[in-house]
Amino acid sequence: MTDQVTDPLAALQDKEPSKPPRSQWIDVWDQLKHHKGAMFGGGFLIFITLAVLFGPYIYTVDATQIDIRNKDMRPIYVGLWDSSAKVGWNKPLGSDQLGRDILAQLIAGGRASMAVGWAAMVLALVIGAGVGVVSGYFKKADFWLMRFTDLVLSLPILPLLLVAVTLFRQPLNEAFGPEGGMFVLIVSVIGLTSWMQTARIVRGDILALKEREFILAARSIGTTPGKIIARHLLPNVVSPIMVSATLGLATAIITESALSFLGVGFPSDFPTWGKLLADAVQRMEQYPERVVLPGILISLTVLGVNYLGDGLRDALDPRIRGR
Amino acid sequence: MQTYIIRRLVLSIPTLLFISFAIFMLLQLAPGDPMSQVPLTVPPEVKEKMREALGLGEPIMVQYYKWMVQFFWIEPQVLIDHWFGTSFAEGKQRVISWQTRSPVMDIVVQRIPQTLWVVGLSYVVGILIALPIGIYSAYRQYSVFDQSGTFITMIGFSIPPFFTGPLLIVIFSVQLGWFPSIYDTTHVVTDWASFKVQFMQMIMPVMVLALQTTAQLSRYMRSSMLDNLGQDYVRTARAKGLREGVVVMQHVLRNSMIPVITVIALGVPAIFGGAIITENVFKVNGIGQLLLTALFASDIPMVMTLTFIFAILIVFFNLIADVLYGVLDPRIRYD
Repeated sequence: MTDQVTDPLAALQDKEPSKPPRSQWIDVWDQLKHHKGAMFGGGFLIFITLAVLFGPYIYTVDATQIDIRNKDMRPIYVGLWDSSAKVGWNKPLGSDQLGRDILAQLIAGGRASMAVGWAAMVLALVIGAGVGVVSGYFKKADFWLMRFTDLVLSLPILPLLLVAVTLFRQPLNEAFGPEGGMFVLIVSVIGLTSWMQTARIVRGDILALKEREFILAARSIGTTPGKIIARHLLPNVVSPIMVSATLGLATAIITESALSFLGVGFPSDFPTWGKLLADAVQRMEQYPERVVLPGILISLTVLGVNYLGDGLRDALDPRIRGR
Repeated sequence: MQTYIIRRLVLSIPTLLFISFAIFMLLQLAPGDPMSQVPLTVPPEVKEKMREALGLGEPIMVQYYKWMVQFFWIEPQVLIDHWFGTSFAEGKQRVISWQTRSPVMDIVVQRIPQTLWVVGLSYVVGILIALPIGIYSAYRQYSVFDQSGTFITMIGFSIPPFFTGPLLIVIFSVQLGWFPSIYDTTHVVTDWASFKVQFMQMIMPVMVLALQTTAQLSRYMRSSMLDNLGQDYVRTARAKGLREGVVVMQHVLRNSMIPVITVIALGVPAIFGGAIITENVFKVNGIGQLLLTALFASDIPMVMTLTFIFAILIVFFNLIADVLYGVLDPRIRYD
């Protein structure tokens, strides 16, 4: 038995690690790199975000500029097979019935849709993570907060969204102006109705984490609950929060478009993707591209976000990582 | 199990009461005025009388109490009268829609068949498509079928119904002219030809909704099958010489169906409420469309009753899902 150990002192020596320890996030990134869908999805999401952010500076046409002489133009590619179509380089993707440039509208609409999506997602995450952490950590709050979460989960969401938007439109419009009021309203109603899943997941994780030794150690040296949550618990629940963030972004974009589609969204001269799609449905026989272009943008963005979420879930799960 | 069911049923009463109160208070804040459609020539004092006739003059708590009495006490009596020909509800005030001045429940009962036909059928179709796809793509994980199936379900998951609806209309009704773009609810099926018309007009709305269901369910089915296929009992079943079909379709499938069935049960309330957009696209005058028009007309009793019915359905099917889980999986014990 002792034959194998030649020098007992060597076993007691501290071994220098051959290379610096790899952080968790490098491992996650290495795993994510191999997920093609996540790479495409993330790439498309970054591309769309940059395009709507910087697009107005490159393509400087005003989206709300009415140009009645150039109304109802087709996209430039229609000229390839239909020589009689009204096309022109001044309107690369055509114009609507008031002559407003569709490319500019798509960029402006993307700005609105993405802004609503991101803001609503962040709001839902903050509420969800807050409720989850509090009810996971503080036993007294747990019962009532979880009953409240169950209650909100059993509310019929889309009908209530419609009710809320039609109800609060007027007062908020007066407070923040027609566009600002609608933005605040839509972001808050989507955020307030989509935090429940995050809260449940975070609560479950916190409940498991709080029994671990490092929390006991932190508590035994007198760390206050606030510090424990901020320094020790929150960094450990970042991964489930990130996965629900991607889901939340996708749902928020779709919900905003759905509200616009049903005619309770932003005011009529303020383009969003859902609104462009809804306005074009009446005349989609003559101008199918006006439905298809915003629809494709919504779908591709949501698809990209969903793929990114899928990849993130795989990459953040240490049981799957490395396979 | 029985005590569990009873406890859950009892617990659902305060939940539903609270939900109804929340919806009611939300609607009280509504700026919409049911008198906005009344001509301006009607003098204000007459308008005030009309408002009182609608029950608007009372304090909020009295209004809420009266709605509760009407919904929980009088409407069931109407139902009993209808079934057994009794006359409990004779002359009692029912929940009246402000739009049509007729009882809300009568309109709901008129609209439910359309919704059930289109949306319910799409749910069944979705389940029937989703389960085989999920089973097969889990069985042949990472095969071409699995890869393309995952991709297609991901697309179905991501494309919103308000895009697939118009897209299908453009392709199949405008370009190809195969199906009608508007669902005709007055159509009556009497013979083979009219059944064909009914079938044709149902294809598109059903497919749009079924795509969503299929996408969600087949993902669940796949991951649930994958969880079970790696278990030890599968190896045991194979080792004792069972045929592959028996192993997969009996041992693995039955265990994998447990979570999937609860997901199916949880999705049922969405049949009634979630199809608002599709009903709007294809002009199906079902429940969702009824809610939308009631909202725009600020018909508060109608909105209140409809949202509350949705809430009842959600609470009830949550209960069913939990109970089913316990019934199907003997490892789960609620007592």
